[in-house]
Amino acid sequence: MAQEKSLSKEQQAAYWRRTSTLMWTVLALWFFFGFVIHIFAPQLNNINIIGFPIGFWFAAQGSLIVFVVLCFWSSSAQNKIDEEFGVTED
Amino acid sequence: MAGSGASPSFINNLGKIYGLYTGAFVGVTIVLGIMEQLGVPNETIGILFVALTIGVYALIGYISRTAQVAEYYVAGRVVPAFYNGMATGSDWMSAASFISMAGSLYLLGYGGLGFVLGWTGGYVLVATLLAPYLRKFGQFTVPDFLGARYGGHVPRVLGIIVLMSASFTYVVAQVFGVGLIASRLIGIPFDVAVYVGLLGILVCSMLGGMRAVTWTQVAQYIILIIAYLIPVVILSAQKTGIPLPQLMYGRALQEIAALEGKLGIARAHSSAFVDATGKFSMNEMINFLALVFCLMIGTASLPHILMRYFTTPSVREARKSVGWSIFFIFLLYFTAPAYAAFAKWEVYSNVIGQPIAQLPAWVAKWSEVAGLLTVKDLNGDGILQVGEITLNNDIIVLATPEIAGLPYVVSGLVAAGGLAAALSTADGLLLAIANALSHDVYYKMINPQASTKVRLIVARVILIGVAVAAAEVAKTKPAVIVSMVAWAFSLAAAGLFVPLVLGVWWKRTTSAGACAGMIAGFGICLFYLIGTQFYGMPLWWGIRNISCGLFGLPVAFIVTVVVSLMTPAPSKEMQDFIDSIRVPGGKVKHVEAIKVE
Repeated sequence: MAQEKSLSKEQQAAYWRRTSTLMWTVLALWFFFGFVIHIFAPQLNNINIIGFPIGFWFAAQGSLIVFVVLCFWSSSAQNKIDEEFGVTED
Repeated sequence: MAGSGASPSFINNLGKIYGLYTGAFVGVTIVLGIMEQLGVPNETIGILFVALTIGVYALIGYISRTAQVAEYYVAGRVVPAFYNGMATGSDWMSAASFISMAGSLYLLGYGGLGFVLGWTGGYVLVATLLAPYLRKFGQFTVPDFLGARYGGHVPRVLGIIVLMSASFTYVVAQVFGVGLIASRLIGIPFDVAVYVGLLGILVCSMLGGMRAVTWTQVAQYIILIIAYLIPVVILSAQKTGIPLPQLMYGRALQEIAALEGKLGIARAHSSAFVDATGKFSMNEMINFLALVFCLMIGTASLPHILMRYFTTPSVREARKSVGWSIFFIFLLYFTAPAYAAFAKWEVYSNVIGQPIAQLPAWVAKWSEVAGLLTVKDLNGDGILQVGEITLNNDIIVLATPEIAGLPYVVSGLVAAGGLAAALSTADGLLLAIANALSHDVYYKMINPQASTKVRLIVARVILIGVAVAAAEVAKTKPAVIVSMVAWAFSLAAAGLFVPLVLGVWWKRTTSAGACAGMIAGFGICLFYLIGTQFYGMPLWWGIRNISCGLFGLPVAFIVTVVVSLMTPAPSKEMQDFIDSIRVPGGKVKHVEAIKVE
């Protein structure tokens, strides 16, 4: 690791606020696609696209795709915050 | 890459090395296929598959031997995000994921999707709440973090207790799985097969620790994903004309729905939250969501997964590697429902309703293997009815190559994939357990003056000890093992999630709060499990005990918060330490009084 980077108290607090907001956003999406949408699976199953009842499809594949995208997206969004505050490594 | 640290040329050439390896593996498979056509017997093909793949893992294990502590415990922290993702994928996906999950989806329909969801969604939590901060903290084990954040031996010991109880039963199940696959594949007795498997596990991990396990896990991922995808891709091409099972099994679902009507099956494959009569059941819905919740939180608490994120070169890479991890896991999990659907389509259309004398060849073949598939003509009419065939979880993946009419070499490939899945998970778990004992108990608590040489000798002796213990337990074929594996997630969730997450995200968490929370959460979970499983205790609100974390986790959370608020806030030094692990850059400001390396 390169030279010591020190943030002021205010900067540190602002950095953590931004990071926390991102965290809560990700968790809200995780909660929606992990739980909320599946509560409606019996109703969603009435819709059928190329053979897939949509309620079934979300639990089998749709939510999984969202999880993968969410992991990559949150990591790049956090990197942007790090760069903005100049707290990246090296 | 032997001797001292991994050479940059090795890391820079990973793509070439593993590309060549993949090509060689495909080549060997083709050669074995040709040998089969030339009349080489199936057993020989099976033995060659096992010997060649275990030989390659052993070779990687040997080349990766090391005499350095950081190499042994965290692979020298040089593993790029992409490869750490692959290693995590095979670390994560066990024999159960590879062999049994598609079968569970076949048997349970929508109900089984809780596993698919639960075993992927947890990575979102790993990515946002834990991985980058554990990487910044930058020590060797998960109990290390508890020790540094909460001070003293008590939190470390509590962490080790949770880790052991979650991981040991899990590793026993993997050794059991290795024995089962090896005995089915090459026909050696189960007891011997367990030790063959054990050897396969130890050669990967003993000489090189985490470094060797990492590079073998990458190799094992490549084999397991090829082996998983090939049979179902071919089956999809045969049945639908398009080799994309993940997209085309919608057609299978439609056919299944139509056949269910004809065969009078009440509980439809795609129907959500239904009981045996096909009616909506609130209890089913609650249990489904509870299971998903416990599996997700458990994923984010299992030490053999979290420790993989100690091995990346930077915080940034750790974050990205969670993305790659879930991507590589996703490739298998979003294919599993297709396996289940194609198999069900086949069974409903070509097996049930057929004269028993004329069943497809794969049914006859697998009904010879005890316990996997049974056909009984209960009403004696010579026609197979819905209730007259019983399938075991494991049969779907194992039989798919034959359903598709593929040569034996593909079955051998699938078995090699299952073996890779079981071995890689066993390696990761074994290392997590042995490292907790050698690093956290021996070095941190018993003998902090130990030299590098002594530490590594102790680490290896413990590794062998734990491995042999796991094999001995597996040999007794404990019936309860399957349920115990599922419990591991709830136990880890109740015992570790709260102290880890609040340790980073809530500065006010005190040592007393964390310890009380761990004891209370883990304790409630264990009480519910043992009470309902062995002493006939009634279920609370109808929640099955596989989801006992649903009670343990809130208890852990509330107790941690309440006790923390009742005890004095952590010192200024501790707060600075937390601040320092929250940002990727800069040094970690360890608390002086708490000795770290």
